[in-house]
Amino acid sequence: MTETSVTETSVTETIDATAKLVGQPRKRKEDARLVTGETMWTDNIQLPGMLYMSILRSPMAHAKIDRVDTSRALEMPGVVAVYTGADLAGLGIPCVWPVTDDMVAPTFPVLAIDEVRFAGDAVAVVVADSRYRAADALEGIDVDYSPLPPVLDMTKALAEGADLVHSDKGTNKCYYWEFTGGDYAASAAKATAEGGRIFKRRYIQQRLIPNAMEPRAVVCAPMAATGEITLWSATQIPHVVRVLLALVTGIPEHKIRVIAPDVGGGFGSKLDLYREEVIASVVAGKLGRPIKWTESRSEGYQATIHGRDQIQDIEIACTADGTLLGLKVDLVANMGAYLQIITPGIPLLGAFMYNSIYKFETLHFGCTGVFTNTTPTDAYRGAGRPEATYAIERIMDDLAAELGVDPLDLRAKNWIKHEEFPYTTIAGLEYDSGNYEAATARATELFDYAGLRAEQASRRASNDPVQLGIGVSTFTEMCGLAPSRILSALKYVAGGWESSTVRVLPTGKAEVVTGTSPHGQGHATAWSQIAADALGIPFEDIEVIHGDTKMAPNGMDTYGSRSLVVGGIAVLHAAERVVEKARKIAAHQLECDPADLDFEAGVFKVRGVPGAEKAIQAVAFEAFTAHDLPDGVEPTLAADSTLDPNQFSYPHGTHLCAVDLDTETGSVKIRKYVAVDDIGNVVNPMIVEGQVHGGIAQGIAQALYEEAVYDAEGNLVTGTMVDYLVPSAADLPTLTTDRTVTPATTNELGVKGVGEAGTIASTPAVVNAVVDALRPLGVDDVRMPCSPQNVWRAIQAAGANGSDGGQS
Amino acid sequence: MVSPIVGVRVSTVRISVTVDGQRYESDVEPRQLLVHHLRDGLGRVGTPIGCDTSNCGACTVLLDGHSVKSCAVLAVQADGHSITTVQGLANGTWHPVQQAFHEEHGLQCGFCTPGMMLAAVDLLAENPDPSDAEIREGLEGNLCRCTGYQNIVKAVQAAAAAINAQKTGAAQ
Repeated sequence: MTETSVTETSVTETIDATAKLVGQPRKRKEDARLVTGETMWTDNIQLPGMLYMSILRSPMAHAKIDRVDTSRALEMPGVVAVYTGADLAGLGIPCVWPVTDDMVAPTFPVLAIDEVRFAGDAVAVVVADSRYRAADALEGIDVDYSPLPPVLDMTKALAEGADLVHSDKGTNKCYYWEFTGGDYAASAAKATAEGGRIFKRRYIQQRLIPNAMEPRAVVCAPMAATGEITLWSATQIPHVVRVLLALVTGIPEHKIRVIAPDVGGGFGSKLDLYREEVIASVVAGKLGRPIKWTESRSEGYQATIHGRDQIQDIEIACTADGTLLGLKVDLVANMGAYLQIITPGIPLLGAFMYNSIYKFETLHFGCTGVFTNTTPTDAYRGAGRPEATYAIERIMDDLAAELGVDPLDLRAKNWIKHEEFPYTTIAGLEYDSGNYEAATARATELFDYAGLRAEQASRRASNDPVQLGIGVSTFTEMCGLAPSRILSALKYVAGGWESSTVRVLPTGKAEVVTGTSPHGQGHATAWSQIAADALGIPFEDIEVIHGDTKMAPNGMDTYGSRSLVVGGIAVLHAAERVVEKARKIAAHQLECDPADLDFEAGVFKVRGVPGAEKAIQAVAFEAFTAHDLPDGVEPTLAADSTLDPNQFSYPHGTHLCAVDLDTETGSVKIRKYVAVDDIGNVVNPMIVEGQVHGGIAQGIAQALYEEAVYDAEGNLVTGTMVDYLVPSAADLPTLTTDRTVTPATTNELGVKGVGEAGTIASTPAVVNAVVDALRPLGVDDVRMPCSPQNVWRAIQAAGANGSDGGQS
Repeated sequence: MVSPIVGVRVSTVRISVTVDGQRYESDVEPRQLLVHHLRDGLGRVGTPIGCDTSNCGACTVLLDGHSVKSCAVLAVQADGHSITTVQGLANGTWHPVQQAFHEEHGLQCGFCTPGMMLAAVDLLAENPDPSDAEIREGLEGNLCRCTGYQNIVKAVQAAAAAINAQKTGAAQ
């Protein structure tokens, strides 16, 4: 391993026309259609004879279905068909991540058959000739329910004699999964023996609703004569959906075409096979007509996965001077009522990240998955890693307060020094590169950390009713999902590779086919930049093709900050192979050895022979005519690459947040937010900055605003956008962002991934700031979201406990 | 089970709505929302639907020049009125707001963008030189999940500058 390259750069973002495109803030190719409304959202699709599907959903969290009577609905205007669970029996959603051999995996039917298990559970399907009449006819279905006791509280669900979500399983426990590095008990004993500490905290990850702006939608067009179906879906994973749809429905895979047209955000919520995709495929086939289903926002709040929802018990063993020894984490993770495709694996994606950037000697991680009568959980931006980062970064601030040291000093004492990379962590991951010192130095400078600490001291001293809080988050994450051998070890049933084909067409234009499936990330732009540099073909002459299993047949799609690190490198490899093929053709025609050709800006030049040259576009035409190709070289100019990464990548960064907190009202206002991220080299800094902004906004949203709340009967009381606070522009601060650049050493571009970084880092930075503001009042935790009410209650509770806070 | 009945009679109301400069004569159900009329009735699908409670603003259009959430207007209420959607915003060249959203990376997935841009057009008509805080307050009814709004604010500032420069140029 070569020495890690470390630079401390402040980024200037200007376009240099002569430079490589990688690294430049090129404006996005995607925008022209999006800003003019020439879009192809799934719900835009209209097909001749198309029917509309609506779904009757359970109003109860848990009940026996005694009777479903569809006769009135069948007589209603425009209704074409009505189906119940019995009609679609045998069709279900599979879980592709059985995390343990004894995991409890209940059958997840596409329509409930004899029991509903969450509010919003699908009970019946109406197909009608219009959107409105399909909705009207839901009123014509009569269902008799016998209520069963809802299971909502995770701790109670695990208790002996608890009511059961799935009575046939005899337990609400889905699994217990354990992972250890070294002997935590030995670290704890050492800490105790040497006068150190065992420091324990419990944090709550509230349940969140992902809220991609485009609701989910499905259109299915069957072709009876050939048995083919085309499924358009607002999905992040068209390739995975195709495979699973074939397995679930029995429709042969080669007869299924899945298209993810324009997709309006995902954040993990469209990383799934959903019931509606299966139902639409099967019902369209039964009726021989195209079918559309689009969820309403409120429907989606119940029918699309939720995120987070964990109880986190975390414990650190450390020496008296704050040197970290051991880390113990016990999670209880809410699965919801059923397992979606990767529900049980989500908390485990965090298992290797709790130790974060710190040098622990030992690690013990345990996670209990539990069923409740709630909407299933699954991936939400960061998926397991935000939860891990939240817990470790919260406890680091809390431990620093306990020890009476600055939270940055405690971190610096324990993090991996930049000269120690590559470093194998106690979780067994080899971090290839990083420079936590550099990112932190830049962040504290931009933040004026010392100045704000001084102001904080004076406001504390003067008992200012509006206190200043400062929160720290020095995070890392594992990106680039994923090396297939590691997925295998984790019992995930698929691989983590990505695929690309690059073609130079006869007229010199190029097509880049990618297996990634963007939905806002700007792959068409970024992949064009990568390919333009490699091929020497202008950015504008490159078209990126994605999101259609017929046009981009191989792929593992977009999630887990994987697209650039895996898919982008596949694009690079395919383009390089194209150049190598072109080199052979050019050498043949220029009558030289391929090794004697220089390739510069798209032109092969015979070294030392001025004027003896051939552009790659001309080579492409020669490859097309095939009149004069060297022996053994096939016509056309194209190449493939399918890349399975060897390692994860490890972006990191330092986020600092300052809040003004009104101790009389509980209101929290973010005064300053600084994020310095190190995501290695950057393909497009404009896109990167946008990803960081949006990620931080979602993390702030968890910290301050959002929570999915069920009442005691299991009704989702935050069931509409009126009740669930997705922050607006007025709710969010202006962010200060910068980057340090420590290239990844595990891929040629030195890139690490950025899609989730902001979300992972920001939640603990904000909550740490809130708690920091309140420490003089004796508050050491505020339950998320840190709404005025939750903050105010924490202040009152601390006062009631007889703290010496003084101001409350 | 398949219904034995085919076809349906619907009582409708005749309306005339100008959309992006083109007048459309239509018969609509009285209960039909304007956004559904635009999308399903007229095929003007550039205006998307993001929620069912008039919170998200994705379906924002201009009604006689003022921004409205087209999920909160009945098609019959638009009778005799003029609607501008995202598809009618450009006039030969992109509107300064469209250009600014592109230049400042004010969009990612683009789903909120039509509504966000039309709300911005209305905002700038009322307040040609807004502060960042006024932009944030003014766009409070339009939700975006991708951008964190920072580049949207920048885009609206850039659009304001461009529109003001155009006006100054025209006045001279």
